[in-house]
Amino acid sequence: MSLIGRTAPLAPAGVSAASCAHCGGRLAPGQARFCCTGCEGAHGLVAGLGLDAFYRRQETEAGTLRPETAAPATDLAPFASAEPDGVQRLDLVVSGLTCGACVWLVEQALAAEPDVLSARAALATRRLSVTWRGEAARANDLAGLLARLGFRTAPWSPACLRATEDAEGRALTRALGIAFFGSMNVMLVSVAVWVGGDMGEATRHGLHWLAALIGLPVVLVAGMPFYRSAWAALRAGRPSMDMAVSLGVLATAAMSLSETWTNGPYTYFDGATALIALLLAGRVLDRAARRRARQSVAELLALQEGVVTRLLPDGRSEAVPAEAIAAGERVLVAAGERLRLDGVSDDATLLDAAATTGESLPRAFAAADTLPAGAVNMGAAFTMTISAAAKDGSLAAMARLLERAEQAKGRFVALADRASRIYVPVAHAVAAATFLLWWGVLDAPWQVALVNAVCVLLITCPCALALAVPAVQVVAVGALFRRGVLVTSATALERLAGADHAVLDKTGTLTEGRPVLLPEGQDDTVLARAAGLARASRHPLAQALARACPEAPLVQGVREVAGQGLEAGAARLGSLAFLGLPASSDGMTLAFREGDAAPVLFRFADRMREDAPEAVAALAALGLKAELLSGDGKGAVAALAWQAGIADWRAGADPLDKQARIAALMAQGRHPLMVGDGINDAAALAAAHVSASPAGATDLAQTAADLMLQREGLAMLPAAVRIARRAQAIARQNIGFSVVYNVLAVPLAVAGLVTPLIAALVMASSSIIVVMNALRAGKD
Amino acid sequence: MDILVYLIPVSLLLGLVGLAGFLWALRSRQYEDLDGAAARILFDDQPRKESPK
Repeated sequence: MSLIGRTAPLAPAGVSAASCAHCGGRLAPGQARFCCTGCEGAHGLVAGLGLDAFYRRQETEAGTLRPETAAPATDLAPFASAEPDGVQRLDLVVSGLTCGACVWLVEQALAAEPDVLSARAALATRRLSVTWRGEAARANDLAGLLARLGFRTAPWSPACLRATEDAEGRALTRALGIAFFGSMNVMLVSVAVWVGGDMGEATRHGLHWLAALIGLPVVLVAGMPFYRSAWAALRAGRPSMDMAVSLGVLATAAMSLSETWTNGPYTYFDGATALIALLLAGRVLDRAARRRARQSVAELLALQEGVVTRLLPDGRSEAVPAEAIAAGERVLVAAGERLRLDGVSDDATLLDAAATTGESLPRAFAAADTLPAGAVNMGAAFTMTISAAAKDGSLAAMARLLERAEQAKGRFVALADRASRIYVPVAHAVAAATFLLWWGVLDAPWQVALVNAVCVLLITCPCALALAVPAVQVVAVGALFRRGVLVTSATALERLAGADHAVLDKTGTLTEGRPVLLPEGQDDTVLARAAGLARASRHPLAQALARACPEAPLVQGVREVAGQGLEAGAARLGSLAFLGLPASSDGMTLAFREGDAAPVLFRFADRMREDAPEAVAALAALGLKAELLSGDGKGAVAALAWQAGIADWRAGADPLDKQARIAALMAQGRHPLMVGDGINDAAALAAAHVSASPAGATDLAQTAADLMLQREGLAMLPAAVRIARRAQAIARQNIGFSVVYNVLAVPLAVAGLVTPLIAALVMASSSIIVVMNALRAGKD
Repeated sequence: MDILVYLIPVSLLLGLVGLAGFLWALRSRQYEDLDGAAARILFDDQPRKESPK
């Protein structure tokens, strides 16, 4: 597992002069120990529980454990399951659980609660199981405790379980254990036969039978994963590496059995079992890397999953999953909440539809307007009447579009498959020719001819070839994982290496995708005062203001006037109308006034990511000319394209336009890399040669993309392309190397000079060289 | 060479014991959270409620 590794800490653990004592994030000038009040509170909480040991062993990435200003309040009580004796049990997926110390902290902090019976967290799956005696509603307190420590939680969903439950992976590990046991023990016997030239006939016959006794069951049981896959490939009519492996292993076992029967000089059970063990080792590693990526994806999706608030006819409300809502029901949408269903609004409202249309400014909707699912409520809480259930809604339609786009893309043929399509028939033809040569031309007995033919199969058995690509993949995927790039598809790296054009979305990809305070020379003390007030609200603009000044202490006694603003004593923060000023055109302005002082305006805008021009230039240097494709208006797109240094841009593109543009590029023979985050990008992401979605993308985009960038910004994208290209080059080298090895060894086998000792040497040395070469793939 | 009659079964038996141990560990899910188990052993310097699994 160490190859795949955990995320490397970017900041030294523990307290240093320039980093926050809790989360390790960078301190702004003037801050003594903590980067924000949330971290200060968390540190106090940890110290109060007597768990300071955490900071000595903390290995989290800087900033991951910064508590959110306002934790999203998903009601967890319905997810707790009651067990006998009034015991409640809750399974959560915990984000930020990235080191052993975090696991310990979470378990200890929960165990310190008097009513908690047990708490157990698993680092690999990020799953936390907690049981307590008492009310189900305590679930929210426990999740709140974790939120104060900086861990975000979400209910453990079936998708998480699917990603974690890896029956096939366990079967592979089991087969690997059996194969290693078998190969070691057979080797013990075989070495005795190789060196014991003066051994008596009867003893040798006995040792042969012993080798067969161990080797045959091992070949049959541990080789099952290969036989099954080979059978599937055979029925589909495609030659695969597994077919060559299966044929080689089974023929070797059968030939060795006949040699055992006739007490020949050697048996080849050691070769067959060692081959299986080596190939299984490659496959287990490959799977472990993929599984980690799948789990991270499931974790991100679980954090986005949420509940909607259904209004019952009698005026009460209840939290239910979005799937449970039928058309015609009414739901309440809180400020800052994302709409999960299509509907018609009951009140006038302000929505940020960036995820569905790419518009960068929030749009006002009147009562009885149709609202798109996926938009975020930027105004006050409102009620809406649902017009379509989740499975008939626009999100589901988009998912179907995505599915079609993926089918149209067709099957990408991986390098290893292309190699095996040529290699496998050639190897089998050479083996057949060897048999004919010995039996037909040299008039040898058919047993001798068969032994030599099988030796050819064993030597050509693509041990190095089968390891050549997976070993490189494991190293490269692990290296990308440590840099915060998740690779979710098996052929994504290969496709990324071949990309020669980049299509970028604007909102949320080149830009931050959320409002950011425009610095306009506001006074620092006023800003801190306003941010302290804003901290009390979940409104997106208030949160943006709080983010702009994270060290501001929370102001006590804040009263929220829904849809208008906040009030604390003489201080008021809110919309322009709330302060009696003329309204702004775009709804992206907050005003603040303390007593009779002049009002201060805070304007917000969706800002370009700082590293965007650099990333665009780096991609261009790698031969990926960038192009901007956005659903937003012309002016905004042109301005951003100029800022980011992109010459080619298109505005006003709806999801179908985006997909059509990708298809047009593919028809020209280009290999576009699509980067996007919105629901409107999903179909284009699925259609593109290779696709990536940035941190904080919508769940639909994340499912469609081949790569997910976990850290803010696009800086990792050029690095990912470089690593993918390097990995591809090394994979090619490896394949070339194993072909050369075969070209040298096959004449020996054809000539009948291959003893089991030579076979073992060839197999082991070529595999080791291929694996060593693969280790170079992790460097950037 | 009569000694082989004892030594080979003994060595095989020891190997099988190892294999059985591996399969048992796999079945009882000890391979599910390798990193977590490795880290957890470093702590636990104070009594804590044990989890009923």
